[in-house]
Amino acid sequence: MGYDVIVLGSGPAGLAAAVAARGRGKTALVIGNRWQASPLAKAEKIDNYLGLPGRTGYELLEEFQKHAEAMGVEFLVGRAISLMAWSGFTVTVGADMVQGNALIMAPGVVRQTKFPGEQEFLGRGVSYCATCDGMLYRNKDVVVAGRTPDAPEEANYLKSIGCRVTYTAPKRPEALDEGIPFVAANRVEIKGEQMVSAVVLDGQELPCAGVFVLRASLAPTDLLPALETEGGYIKVDRAMRTSVEGVFACGDCTGAPLQVAKAVGEGHIAGLTACEYLDRKTT
Amino acid sequence: MALNHYDEKSFNEALAQKGLLLVDFWAEWCGPCKMLGPVIEQLAADFDGKVVVGKVNVDDEPELAQKYGIMSIPTVMLFKDGELVDKKIGVMPPQEFVKLINANL
Repeated sequence: MGYDVIVLGSGPAGLAAAVAARGRGKTALVIGNRWQASPLAKAEKIDNYLGLPGRTGYELLEEFQKHAEAMGVEFLVGRAISLMAWSGFTVTVGADMVQGNALIMAPGVVRQTKFPGEQEFLGRGVSYCATCDGMLYRNKDVVVAGRTPDAPEEANYLKSIGCRVTYTAPKRPEALDEGIPFVAANRVEIKGEQMVSAVVLDGQELPCAGVFVLRASLAPTDLLPALETEGGYIKVDRAMRTSVEGVFACGDCTGAPLQVAKAVGEGHIAGLTACEYLDRKTT
Repeated sequence: MALNHYDEKSFNEALAQKGLLLVDFWAEWCGPCKMLGPVIEQLAADFDGKVVVGKVNVDDEPELAQKYGIMSIPTVMLFKDGELVDKKIGVMPPQEFVKLINANL
């Protein structure tokens, strides 16, 4: 059934975990954004990665990616929007569905906190998935709060199926359809009674029926509410096991220091522990 | 009884019956809905004779989706004697729905 190991996150931790799993002969799928979109790709200089001082984040990521590809790691570019732990793990990425027997979380740290009202109205006007819920908002006013490079495409899709879309972000993205009105705003607040009725964008109220919040990744606890956290980070033991059986975590999502060297080390451990878990399950 | 696929008429008929009715609002183009499909089938088998289990395709039945205020799919609703008693939005494993059903049996 599906892959031995599914890795959520395409940064150093996720790639190290996938490479470790491949080293033990397991199949591994990495789900994540294009590596070029990683915040690390913008790092000008990394001086504390052993043996390779002075590289840019971009250069390191490129090497990591090549290594993973050469090891036979498979990739699925996109955002995991839902996850179910039942007879293994099933993850949906857009309209695709993939299955695996062990799950490694390496999504990094979600840099944005939630908007006021976001949690409260989730499923009652707030959605994280344009392809899932777009059709339910045909002929209605929706606001897309875009925080990723791919968000404009999703806004364009919503427009194409007949939603009346307004896009909001700190800056207008180039890929946004010219026919979509844009509101420049940093602060987003979601309001309503039973359902969403409006968003407030930097103090300016805009009535709408739905708000699509599109970030680089969903918080791990949104995907898997059973995950225990501590101080906002996923709780793990030394072998990178989380509180959920078959789920491992590594990299920035487990806490400081938020460094490549630590992410790679943890990723390696998580990959090996996941393999042990799989071997124990089958014998 | 197997899993039911409702249109507006058959859904209203099911709603008019006494007892528990579990309904999954879904659509073809929704990845998470496909993920939930096998869970709903499992529930239909496990609670055969105790709970009526069915699905409503929101693409085919937009009026039903509208009437029940479906804003996000999958949404699963539990009705008792025709009254809505609870709903769950999003994907979750079968035990969550088992809890919901047992609390209302």
